[in-house]
Order: sequence, then structure tokens, then C-alpha cells
Amino acid sequence: MSVLAPPLPVRRSRKLARWAPYAVLAGSAAFSAGLLALLTTVTIAGLFALTAVSYAVAITTLSRVVEGPRWAKDRLATALVTLAFLLALIPLVSLLAIVVGDGLGGFSWDFLSTDMVGVFGSMTSGGALHAIIGTVYVTGIASLVSIPLGIFTAIYLVEYGQGRLKRGITLLVDVMTGIPSIVAGLFAYTVFLVLFGPAYKSALIGGVALAVLMTPVVIRSVEEMLRLVPNELREASYALGVPKWLTVVKVVLRTSVAGITTGVMIAIARVIGETAPLLMTVGIAQNVNWDAFDGRIATLPVFVYRQYAQGGVAADRAWAGALTLIIIVMLLNLIARLVSRYFAPKGAR
Amino acid sequence: MSKRIDISDLNVYYGDFLAVEGVHMSIEPRSVTALIGPSGCGKSTFLRTLNRMHEVIPGARVTGKAVMDGQDLYAPDIDPVEVRRQVGMVFQRPNPFPTMSIADNVLAGVKLNNRRISKAAADELVERSLTGANLWNEVKDRLEKPGSSLSGGQQQRLCIARAIAVQPQVLLMDEPCSALDPISTLAIEELVHELKNDYTIVIVTHNMQQAARVSDRTGFFNIEGTGKPGRLIEMDDTTTMFSSPAQQATEDYISGRFG
Repeated sequence: MSVLAPPLPVRRSRKLARWAPYAVLAGSAAFSAGLLALLTTVTIAGLFALTAVSYAVAITTLSRVVEGPRWAKDRLATALVTLAFLLALIPLVSLLAIVVGDGLGGFSWDFLSTDMVGVFGSMTSGGALHAIIGTVYVTGIASLVSIPLGIFTAIYLVEYGQGRLKRGITLLVDVMTGIPSIVAGLFAYTVFLVLFGPAYKSALIGGVALAVLMTPVVIRSVEEMLRLVPNELREASYALGVPKWLTVVKVVLRTSVAGITTGVMIAIARVIGETAPLLMTVGIAQNVNWDAFDGRIATLPVFVYRQYAQGGVAADRAWAGALTLIIIVMLLNLIARLVSRYFAPKGAR
Repeated sequence: MSKRIDISDLNVYYGDFLAVEGVHMSIEPRSVTALIGPSGCGKSTFLRTLNRMHEVIPGARVTGKAVMDGQDLYAPDIDPVEVRRQVGMVFQRPNPFPTMSIADNVLAGVKLNNRRISKAAADELVERSLTGANLWNEVKDRLEKPGSSLSGGQQQRLCIARAIAVQPQVLLMDEPCSALDPISTLAIEELVHELKNDYTIVIVTHNMQQAARVSDRTGFFNIEGTGKPGRLIEMDDTTTMFSSPAQQATEDYISGRFG
């Protein structure tokens, strides 16, 4: 005998308790651990994967039975999105954890204030001062070249450029974005080889190599930011009898300065860790070189590479160097955020 | 501080497309001229030719004459920037500069042009312009707040204050009330009434009651169909236009039979 099914409820008649997902998660973790222990061995990766799958299945089924199909889909989607977020976090967190964990041991004021002159074999002294100075020089030169160049090119593309020239430049920028860093290094190396001969080595060459990598990134991000400035503001400025160039300087650039700062910082972060072109152009040095235009100079990425290749105690210095690099990038980001906050358009949005 | 504009045989193009054709019109000083017509008939396009704003759109150009007090605005030796200093504009959506305070927005015409102005003169100009735009009493205690913190109607009056701070001869208004509520609209309309004592005003509006309320003369634009150019069908005193228009199309539009 059959009973007519009542019409499906539109409202969720019963709701899982607030703690239910956590309980299900704990259950799935216990189940996964048990299953793994029974069949093979328990590894973190295996536990994580199996827990994720069994949690998704369990919560969906439970919700379908208790709450109904639409809420089951919602629970499933929530589980998947959270999983994606956790997966994306894994490399970030583990990288930070490893660098901080391994780097803090060798990291000290001495490390920041000494160079590698007279450090041999298994000596634990020595530091990265020379490399920090080199990185500041090389990245500084690259920034001096590419930030103005990139901003002016972006202004041309957004505010002035038309037709073929604009399309040509856009294409070239796209192509430049994809240049492998070693090619940029070769380019800078060759240019200076032709101009100054084979004996010439300096931070300048590395700066030029990085500028080649950095310029397209700056152009691209500044271009995006300038396009975000509403046309209404340009028109408002023109209607007040303000010439175009002043409109660009005082309205367009002023409105987008926060975004431009962020874009420039991303570009710097992109090149500050480059190793290959620097290895090729500025070489390896053990001592502090205060002259950016003459002589080999050490840089942090090359320093890290070099110390790690040596192995043994030197590997500690490599980790400390990596930590220094991350701290520098973090500081730059912090400055960018402060600048953004100070210059961002205020008021109700 | 107001001038008449005589427009003869004006055609407006976007590239090869003829958007507005053969406009003859006289705009009287110290009066309000309203331009009405259905959407897409070219009244905003025409308005933007009066301060050469449409030129900022790539490919847009104009043939014909627009003469302001004996000077053709489209003569080859005329700088569009100079034209825009004499013919100010208020846009459909309020567009105060988001990076500037209320006071700086009013001073934008001075500051963006890198002109030096003493503190006292600046304060005076801010107060005079905001008073002229009926906004002074509402904002005098918060001149340093960002312009975007105001309500929509206040922002629009701020934009009017910004426009009159550069002391133009003519003020163009492109549907200045279409984004505002009735109360703010009333405030702007009252303001237009006061401003016409000093300025020549041309206002584009979709609202025929508004045209009847604020304007001395009204021009009706129409378009025969998509792809065809817009034309000035009829222009006359506002009372005549709304009581006994000469053209059937005008009467149909005003009486709400189409559009």
C-alpha cells in the first residue's frame, strides 16, 4: 500500500546543529586515521586527503537526510571552497614556517652587519651585509629605470595612444612579460660586453637586467590602475578648463596613486628574488662593495644560492639570507600599504 | 558675465556617423534655454559641442559655426581649453573629485590649473561659490570632509559650485537632476532660477515639467529613426512651446503621445 508523499517542504524544517560540521569533521578524521592505520601507514598528506573526501561525503549525506537536497548542495559547496582555500594556504604557510624555522638560527645582528671576508670552511661567523647592500643597489637601479619608464608608458597607452603604435606597444609589453629571466640576464650581459668590454662587472649590469624584467610588470599594473579611473573625473576636469596634461597629473595619477604604489611594489617583489640573471651579470663577491658602478657585488638571492650549494654550516647562512629577503619584501609591502592608505580616495564609497 | 551664442548649420559627427544635423539656434544671455527630446536624439551631444567637450571622444568632430559674442568657438586659432574656461559644464551624474575635500573641490578649477591663490581669496571664493550653489549652510562646518561624503543632491550642487567658481560666461547642464530625488531636484531648479541672473544657462532635461518650470526658451530635438541624425525640430519661448507649438511632432512629444 502506498501513501501519497506530502509536497516537499520549501523551508528547511530541520537544521543541523551549529557544532555538527565540526563533529562530522572530527569523525571523518578519526575514520580516515583508522582506515589508513589498518591498510597502510598514516601520513599527513594521506590523512588530509582522505579526511577531506570523507568529510565532504559525510556532511553532504547527513545534510541531505536531515535538511534536504538544496542545503546538502550548499554544504558540499562550502566544503569544497574551504578545501580549495586550505590547499592554497599549504604552500604559503609551509614555506614561511620552514624559512622562519631554519632561518632564525643563523639570523642575528651579526649576520646583518658583517660580510663574508675571511670566512672559510666550517666557520659559523660571517653574514650577508654585502649581499643586502648589493640587493638594494641592484633593485634600486632597476626601480629607478623601470618605474618612470613603466608609468610613462602606461600613461601613453591609456591617455594618449591610438591605433597601430598603441597596439604595437601593447603587444611588445605582452611579449616582454614572458621573457625568461635568464634571457634578460644574457641581454644585459651582452649589452655591457659590447659597450665596456669583458672586464667590466658592476651592479649596474644587474640593475639593467632586472629593469628589463620589471618594466613590463610596472606597465601592466599601472595601465590597469589608470583604466580604473572613471572617465567622469577626466571630463569634470576638462570642463573646468584644465589642460589634458594637468588632468593626467593632478586627477588621473592622483586618484590612482594608491593602486600604482601597490603595483610598483608587486613589480619590485617580482624581481628582488631573481637569481639567474644576477649570477650571470654581477657575479659573486665576499666583501662589501659600496660602488654600484664598478666591481662585482653580492646579492641576496645569489648569496643564498651560493651558501646552500656549499652545504654544511653555510646552509644556515642560506636560510638566514632567505629570511632576510622575505623580511625586506614584507617591509616594502608594509610601506606600500601605508602609502595606499594615506593617498586612497576617502569618504563614503 | 554672460554671453549669447549663435549656432548656425552645426553638424556633429562621430567618425563617419552624422549624429546631429543642421542646428540653427540662438541662446540668449541671462536666460535658461532647455533642450528636450527623446533619448538618443542628440541633445546631449549638441550640448557638449558648446564647450568642445565632445572632442575628448576619439573621432568626434563638428562642422558649422557656434559664435559666442562674435567669436567662433570652432575657429582654428581657438584653444578648446580656453572655451571650456568660459563655458562651464555640470554632468548627469555628480562627479566630485574623490581625492579632494569639499573646499578643494570648489577650488579645483584654480588648483588643477596650478594657479596661485591666497588663503583669504580661496576662503572667499569657496564661500561665494558654495553660497551661489545654495550649499554653504549645509557644508560650512565640514569643508575639510571629502566631497564624496555628501548626499547625491549635495554632490550635484557641489559640482555646480565647482563650475561657477571659475566664473564662466555660460553654464551647460546635462540632465543635472536625473540622478536625484524630487527634493534635491527642487533645490537645483531653484538654484537655476537664481543663477540665470548672472549666467547664460543651457539645460538638457528628460523631464518636460522641469523644462516648463525652469526655462525661458525651449528647443525640441527629435530623431526619425535609429541611424538617422537628430535635428532641432522647433525652438520658441517655453510658454509658446508648451501651449501652441508650431510642429505636430513637438505637440505629440509634449502631450506624451510618444517618447
